Amino acid sequence: MAQPSETQTTDIVLPGSARRLLASALSWLYLVAIYGFIFLPVAVLVLFSFQDGRLPVPPFNGFSLQWYESVFADRRLMAALANSLMVAVVSSVISCLLGFLAAYALARYRLPGSVLQRGLLIAPMTVSYLIIALGLLAVLNALQVPLSLWTVGIGHVVINLPLCFAIIYASMGDHHVNIERAARDLGASDVKVMALVTAPMLMPSIMAAFFLSITFSWDEFIIAFLLSRFDVTLPVEIWSMLRSGLNPKTNAIGSLVFLASVVVLVVLELALFGRSRKP
Amino acid sequence: MTTATLEDRERRRAWGFVAPALLWTLAFFVVPFLYMAAMSLWLRQGRDIVRVWNLDNYARFFTESALLKGLTNSLEITLTVTALSVLLAYPLAWIIAERVPKRWQRMALILAILPFWTSYVVRSYSWLLVLSKGGVINQALLGIGLISEPLEIASNRTATVIGFVHFFVMLLTLTIYSNLIQLSPNYRRAAADLGANGFQTFWHVVLPLTLPGIMTGAFLTFVLCIGDYITPQILGGNNELVLPQIIMLQIGRRADFPMAAALSIILMLAVTAAYLLCARWLKIERA
Repeated sequence: MAQPSETQTTDIVLPGSARRLLASALSWLYLVAIYGFIFLPVAVLVLFSFQDGRLPVPPFNGFSLQWYESVFADRRLMAALANSLMVAVVSSVISCLLGFLAAYALARYRLPGSVLQRGLLIAPMTVSYLIIALGLLAVLNALQVPLSLWTVGIGHVVINLPLCFAIIYASMGDHHVNIERAARDLGASDVKVMALVTAPMLMPSIMAAFFLSITFSWDEFIIAFLLSRFDVTLPVEIWSMLRSGLNPKTNAIGSLVFLASVVVLVVLELALFGRSRKP
Repeated sequence: MTTATLEDRERRRAWGFVAPALLWTLAFFVVPFLYMAAMSLWLRQGRDIVRVWNLDNYARFFTESALLKGLTNSLEITLTVTALSVLLAYPLAWIIAERVPKRWQRMALILAILPFWTSYVVRSYSWLLVLSKGGVINQALLGIGLISEPLEIASNRTATVIGFVHFFVMLLTLTIYSNLIQLSPNYRRAAADLGANGFQTFWHVVLPLTLPGIMTGAFLTFVLCIGDYITPQILGGNNELVLPQIIMLQIGRRADFPMAAALSIILMLAVTAAYLLCARWLKIERA
């Protein structure tokens, strides 16, 4: 029984305080190194978006906003940005709606084969986006459906529906059932209960699903690349900019996307922080 | 009698609620997948697809070294990336959970995953800025005179691995951290009371308890990494193609959809194999 405490002290030469100091120093060193690794590419990206010159690599020639100007003057890029926003919002709304309805039905009613149904709804999560895109492309080609932002949207619902369903289904606890029963006893129809009682109660998780799904759609490349034709989304447009090699304009649009995401993140964080501190 | 009809009506309504999602998944996921699986058994002739059932595409995969090499490249890169990412992310998650003061932890975590929110395409591109011949690292090393010729660190496997690891370290830090802070301190206290030192506590108590989190994150890394086209395409150069790049070549330049379908099925089998391995391992851990 006493054995472990004997071996504990024999193999360590340093006194406790020095050891702790060393461990702490090593921890901070590791922290600095890994944060350096994580932030290096982003820092370089942002810094050289201000490059006064044609190459986004050292030496840094001076500060200039010319690449941001050319980003905002680029019609194709701005159109792609609008396309991306539209596809993200529309596909996320559809994913949340279908996901919510399915979650409601599977959590509140006893349906035959519900395990199988759940499995089917979650299944696309386990398949690579590339394979989902290829399958859709093959079918669309066979049916001679022209590729457009709509087909991209269909693909994005396929990848976001499992996510929305899973998030909303997980938050449909049994403790909500009594409130719904009360509403039904007071004469509300099933659809009314769902729209006016269940959905508001689940709003936090529905919103979480919605924003997560927007982020996924917004940043998705391979489905958007394979299923679009003339109108493209932002990642696809940035991709075609890469063909011209290193270009400070790519840095500028990349930095802008990053900035927008960070702003959204900060707003969400502040909103959550504010809410969690109130009670 | 009335209860039966009520139940019937309720059930019909429930089917109505679940039907749109099911139909969407069937029409745009299951059917395309089955169609692709069928297509992998057909052949390309010229620009047409001939619907003769055979295993030629799969046979070609195992005999043509360029195709088979795609799978081995994919597996090598993915396994390297998964291992490196876990090894780098675990200490980071641990330091944030244990060393960083409580009120700064959220901040530290948000900072650690901040570059996650750059666009995926742009993230790979920004590594090109760092690693390319005229890039930051080469210029810095040339500047301080450590090297006289720029190093070839972009456009090869190393660059791909760096780009991937950067992404997945952030992802894994998140999953491992959330696992670590859920651990009750009582486990560690008990271990300390029984005389275990810091390392013994970590090795015999903390690590096994966080293993499910590690495995989940590692599996996620494996799946996302092996199916990714962008990072190797931007950072990897043309010498060592991975499976998704070869798939894209089939549908692009070669217009060989059946072969692309067969390669996709093989990619999926690799993911399934990884899942079975992970699941089995996890089950043993739980028992």
